[in-house]
Amino acid sequence: MTVSKLVGARIKRREDPALIRGLGQYVDDVRLPEMLHVAVLRSPHAHAKIKSIDAAAARQHPGVVAVVTGAELRDQIDTIPTTADNPTLRIPKHHVLAVDKVCYLGEGVAAVVAESRYTARDALDLIQVEFEPLPAVTDPEKALAPGSAVIHAEWSDNTAFRWEQTQGDLDKAFQRAHKVVKQRLVHQRLAPIAIEPRGVVARYLGTKKELTVWSSTQIPHLLKTHLAKMLKLPEEQVRVIAPDVGGGFGSKLNVYAEEGLLGYLALKLGRPVKWSEERRENFQATIHGRGQVGEVEAALKKDGTILGLKYKVVADVGAYHQLFTPAIPPFTGLMLSGCYKIPAIGIEVTAAFTNKMSTDAYRGAGRPEATYVIERLMDRIAQELKIDPVKVRKINFPTSKEFPFKTATGLAYDSGNYQLALNKALKLAGYEKLRREQKQLRNRGRYLGIGLSTYVEICAMGPGFWEYGKVEVDADGKVKVYSGASPHGQGQKTSFAQIVADQLSVPLEDIEVVHGDTAAVAKGIGTFGSRATAVGGIAVYQAGEKVREKARELASHLLEVDADDLVFSDGRFGVKGVPRRALTIQQIAQQAQTAKNLPKGMERGLSADSTFEPANFTFPFGTHICVVEVEPQTGNVEVRKYVAVDDCGKVINPLLVDGQVQGGIAQGLGQALYEGVVYDENGQLLTGSLMDYALPRAADLPHLQLARTETPSPVNPLGLKGIGEAGTIGSTPAVVSAVVDALAPFGVTHIDMPLTPQKIWTLCQGKKAASGDHR
Amino acid sequence: MMQTVAKKRVSLRINGVEQTHEVEPRLLLVDFLRDVVRLTGTHVGCDTSICGACTIMLNDAAVKSCTVLTVQADGTELLTIEGLAQGDKLHPIQDAFWECHGLQCGFCTPGMIMSAHQLLKRNPKPTENEIRHAIDGNLCRCTGYQHIVDAVQYAAKRMGQGAKTRRRS
Repeated sequence: MTVSKLVGARIKRREDPALIRGLGQYVDDVRLPEMLHVAVLRSPHAHAKIKSIDAAAARQHPGVVAVVTGAELRDQIDTIPTTADNPTLRIPKHHVLAVDKVCYLGEGVAAVVAESRYTARDALDLIQVEFEPLPAVTDPEKALAPGSAVIHAEWSDNTAFRWEQTQGDLDKAFQRAHKVVKQRLVHQRLAPIAIEPRGVVARYLGTKKELTVWSSTQIPHLLKTHLAKMLKLPEEQVRVIAPDVGGGFGSKLNVYAEEGLLGYLALKLGRPVKWSEERRENFQATIHGRGQVGEVEAALKKDGTILGLKYKVVADVGAYHQLFTPAIPPFTGLMLSGCYKIPAIGIEVTAAFTNKMSTDAYRGAGRPEATYVIERLMDRIAQELKIDPVKVRKINFPTSKEFPFKTATGLAYDSGNYQLALNKALKLAGYEKLRREQKQLRNRGRYLGIGLSTYVEICAMGPGFWEYGKVEVDADGKVKVYSGASPHGQGQKTSFAQIVADQLSVPLEDIEVVHGDTAAVAKGIGTFGSRATAVGGIAVYQAGEKVREKARELASHLLEVDADDLVFSDGRFGVKGVPRRALTIQQIAQQAQTAKNLPKGMERGLSADSTFEPANFTFPFGTHICVVEVEPQTGNVEVRKYVAVDDCGKVINPLLVDGQVQGGIAQGLGQALYEGVVYDENGQLLTGSLMDYALPRAADLPHLQLARTETPSPVNPLGLKGIGEAGTIGSTPAVVSAVVDALAPFGVTHIDMPLTPQKIWTLCQGKKAASGDHR
Repeated sequence: MMQTVAKKRVSLRINGVEQTHEVEPRLLLVDFLRDVVRLTGTHVGCDTSICGACTIMLNDAAVKSCTVLTVQADGTELLTIEGLAQGDKLHPIQDAFWECHGLQCGFCTPGMIMSAHQLLKRNPKPTENEIRHAIDGNLCRCTGYQHIVDAVQYAAKRMGQGAKTRRRS
């Protein structure tokens, strides 16, 4: 690369001018002539047979154009897809509207199409459905127990799949152990809650044979492929547009019933159709995250060195598999080693069907669970062996010289320096001083807790998932960058422009980044797994390199010098030693377009594309330290201080990286303290609105202190690692660790999330705080 | 319940422009703004007036327009996100959100900016804590609020300087 000017700079976003004026274009803002509105009738039962559906009155209601039911659509639309590379995977038929029976509360049963949204919703009330309720299975562990009601009659029990892996001599590790520490851990279900609910608009132009689907999605290209299959259309007849997307966090990394349904209705009715998800539908029928219950067991040496680790976990997949449902729990398994040297690791995952919405990728997607397991374990080891939680972590870290570091789960961590990030965080937080303050406050009956998490995560998905980029320089020197990544808030219209601006030495203003439309971008995968920059950005970078090389070749031809005698600086290819003989990239672009004097065999135009598929994942890491004060009389937790040191390799735009980390921390803290999707034993959803499901608010968070270390990744030419999920992964265990640490005088060693005041208050009741040192 | 109900006439001033429309009595103000007036900058993020994405100014008070009927707004003056900038010139709060990276996906942003607008009208020099509490009725899932708080502080400072030069307040 040329001397860096923009990469690494805090550039404010080019996305913002429209958004801050209210001129964004989200799916619900799409208005087409003759557009109809769709509303979905959803099951009020978690598990029930559909005896009959009478939609006659709804069909006659003024303004209603059509009513469709699952039985009518079953042969018209293919089932909702899932990934299937596990031989034990059981895939129940998942229709866009339920046929014969419903398996979770909120499952679509019928849909109304009407002239207005209000009319469509009115008509839902006129549909009579006769249900025969069946016993609901809601607890994943009970779902696997003998005698449980079975959800999908094709199989004899509720096992959705199994996944096991053992490496290293686990038996020997446990035989040699000085001590064994065990802990049961619950990772509650979470609702991703992008503030923009989902939405779909579909339009079919019969004359052009073109189905266009606007969807609030993270994966327009993948969605296009799946939709074509569901609707039995050739893929070239489907176009997917992801306009401005109001947050995703994994919840829009999917193929949903409504996307197939709306596509079908547009084809069938010949008029555009729109569906806008209500928030309660979002709670009921957009994927949930997490949902694991497991027991971890570690064999230890006297000094806290881990000899071996076993994790047995039950994953609650819900009623059906969504796109990546079966991929999430194994991800937890792969990341169980955390940032520690553990010679033997055994994992046993059993996934259970339950009468609930599917779980799937939610920010972190399997890694927060892994990090929570290993970090809670580190704290438990520190408690059991009475050593400082910092020390127990340091003892088990690999040194920076041991990278690439191979784990017993079969991964090779690309690069890292875990000590450095930890030491930096300890210093920033004033760890020793905090411990002294904690001691003093305890003597006065106030309970300060200091929590720590040292995390590593797996990013830049990755081998098996390429990404596409294209760079095009017009005759007037303006540059268009096309990316198959589909950002939805991450800011790649800015960061990708920074990469190309440096590469081609063109002003930022002259670069336009295009994404989110399968008709504009030839191919792509999407934005998830912290991959947009570390994979998609590299595809763009590689395309830019090709463009620059082509420009050099053309300059060499035009200036009649050897390409090796050209120097590229400040946007000009100049002859070595003769600075006045030079051509700017704009002049070269013009020559490339007019094509009057090209070298033999050179194609017209100055553009190139590239796909990039990394050879390995990247492994960002860091240390988060959280300080809380807990009030045993009320159970209230106040977060007093938060320090995060993250290492995401090289940074393109520190402003955007800070934003990602801050948002991630808020979400992880939300899981630790407030959030949880709750179904009762009948499968009724008790947290069906934002009044019942608590998201973190501004006043719940302290001012976050952020810092970085920078360990470049060797996996890609820019040394990038990815930062989209790190905050969420690092923060949850740090917050829980802090609360548990605060309550150590009450004999508390672990509390399951969310750490609500009620739980904390109950734990402290009737207990008198012991004095002395409790860490 | 399903019969057609007579429409009601409402006259109101939106972003400085007088408008008169015939609406269903049950039409929510947010739907009126989005579907009838076609000002789609005001967003719907929940059904329970918790998220604040639909926040607008009604007679100089920030309200959640998903919880107001259009007919209740008859005769009022509304300011939505689209009415904040003066032509090409951004309002200092908008500018501050841009400057401080106070938005990511941008969906909560219009409501967030309107809440900040009310805060700074009532309290031109808020502390960090006051800002955090003032935007408690607006949920953001992307930013963790820190850059939003920075933006409101930045705007307060700029507006304070502007007010001084204009010798007002």
